[in-house]
Amino acid sequence: MKYAIGIDIGSTCAKAAVLDENKTVVFRLVQPTGWSSVDTAESLRKALCVAGFDPADHPVVATGYGRIAVPYAKKAITEITCHARGACRLFGLEDLTVIDIGGQDTKIIAVKDGLVQDFLMNDKCSAGTGRFLEVMANTLALRPGELCDLARLGGNTSISSMCTVFAESEVISLIGRGEKRENIAFAVVDSVVQKVVSQAGKLAEATGAVCLTGGLCQCDYVREALEKALGRTVTTCADGRFAGAVGAALSGLKL
Amino acid sequence: MADFLLPAAFEEYSDARKAGFLKVKAAKEQGRKVAGCFCSFTPLEILDAAGLLTVSLCGMSPETIPAAETELPRNLCPLIKSSYGFYLTDKCPYTYFADVIVGETTCDGKKKMYELLGRGKNTYVLHLPQGRDVPYAREMWTEELRRFVRYLEETFSVQITDEKLREAIKQRNALRAARCRLMELLREDDLPISGTELYTFLDGIGFNFDIDDAIAKTLALADDLSAQKSQKVTPGGKRVLVTGCPIGGVFQKVVGAVERAGGNVVCFENCSGIKPSRCMVDEQAADPIQAIADAYLDIGCAVMTPDSKRFETLPALMKEFRADGVLDVALQACHTYLIEGRSIRDICKEQGVPYMALETDYATADAGQIDTRIAAFMETLGE
Ligand code: SF4
Ligand code: SF4
Repeated sequence: MKYAIGIDIGSTCAKAAVLDENKTVVFRLVQPTGWSSVDTAESLRKALCVAGFDPADHPVVATGYGRIAVPYAKKAITEITCHARGACRLFGLEDLTVIDIGGQDTKIIAVKDGLVQDFLMNDKCSAGTGRFLEVMANTLALRPGELCDLARLGGNTSISSMCTVFAESEVISLIGRGEKRENIAFAVVDSVVQKVVSQAGKLAEATGAVCLTGGLCQCDYVREALEKALGRTVTTCADGRFAGAVGAALSGLKL
Repeated sequence: MADFLLPAAFEEYSDARKAGFLKVKAAKEQGRKVAGCFCSFTPLEILDAAGLLTVSLCGMSPETIPAAETELPRNLCPLIKSSYGFYLTDKCPYTYFADVIVGETTCDGKKKMYELLGRGKNTYVLHLPQGRDVPYAREMWTEELRRFVRYLEETFSVQITDEKLREAIKQRNALRAARCRLMELLREDDLPISGTELYTFLDGIGFNFDIDDAIAKTLALADDLSAQKSQKVTPGGKRVLVTGCPIGGVFQKVVGAVERAGGNVVCFENCSGIKPSRCMVDEQAADPIQAIADAYLDIGCAVMTPDSKRFETLPALMKEFRADGVLDVALQACHTYLIEGRSIRDICKEQGVPYMALETDYATADAGQIDTRIAAFMETLGE
């Protein structure tokens, strides 16, 4: 059996996925990225060896912002291409819009016939990203997952600042005013969702089914809120956060 | 011989900067006057005919931006901030020694920056029409140029004769033609020069005071390169047309990223490239001022509404240079180009050529992200 390995070194988490020649995911692994992409790549390598997939024996493709820091990769491909390929495989679709809410950037990718038509990445700021949500969760003394669950119970509050630093002070002043935690959580998720939706609006080709990937795809409330704001069905899948790694591994199968 | 003082901090400057100062100082000591310009709309022939040396003052470095931000808003185009910062810090020899700074009513940021510049430097602002399609635009612009002629004649006690203007027109046309010849080499399949090399050359030659020498050097390079293949070019790499704002300050980040991703920039549809170079002035015209006005009004810049010239030129250039993709580069907070991007995107769509817009500034903070975005764009163009 032939295998290929995809490594996705994101800003917060590093993911590895192993595919067999039937394009089935046979192994997956996620680790925090930490300070050094090089160290992360090495620790992934060791973990892969332990699992019986020594990168020396199988083609490896790297992606993500640390893609050039993977010495054992045969090829580096950007996360845009890999996410698109991976999402097509995971969702079993050829035409779709991928929304990937990552640690430090959010990507929206329009895919047609399995090929990237157009894409957008957020600019330098972290509004509308996982990082934004994480900072706000910290301020509220919650874990990001808890924040999402709480948000479902809240409403009627909003944060107007897009900038993480200003938004944090807004959250602090909401706390000071005695606003309920669930309402603040609601406002935080709402802010992320609004930013993502306004970006999606800029992508004219964004048609097809909307598929949510990235670390936040496990928060069901985020998916629901996006669905409501976009007015379209948003689907996700268990391996959503591995879309980039899966896409990289798919490219590896062709090497 | 008049004595020209160097800035107080001169000794701390780099050698290249010192050399720049000494070069302008020497010219001034020989009695030459220097005009600092900011824009492709500046009618260079008139300044040539007045005997002034012309040089671009567009700031392309992040170095002076913190100084500029003590007076200017932060959320402003880096080109404007950098330029103004060079004035505040006396770090640009050309700004420092300029006898007159010539501006135009182009974008709001520049217009207002000229007002501030005018407090410390002799600044003249030409009123550019807002579009070339209104019937009186041509007349208005011609009148503006005549007013400029009178201003220069009075200020510098010179006479700008038709004869001198015609001579200048010929010379500038020759320079434009030479630049075009060089740029057109990139129409070929086998590129004789990379986008980076081309841009670097064109940028450098702009600071040559001796126009005949600039023409000769440009033609010599074009001759040398004909029927050559560059080593620095990825063979068969995807062909990218760069459009948008002046890119001197973001050049490495953007053009470098295209080349690192295995692509080649084959055309610069911007002010450092083909945009101003194809605006030839009629050498036979009875009224040279009118001819200059006509040619310059034909520059396709987003400060015009509508920017009909750019909309016409772009599809033609995409075909001429066989672009596989278009990269629209706007400087941060440049409203005119950022908003016009929407129309450019539609034009590319009509042409069936993939398009990507980038907004960036002179800082390096987003270099990694720009790299990824451009690499991803190159991947969508195919292997
Ligand atoms: S882009 Fe427009 S305003 Fe800027 S230098 Fe060029 S012509 Fe002038
Ligand atoms: S890049 Fe845009 S904002 Fe900056 S000077 Fe040119 S037109 Fe004005």
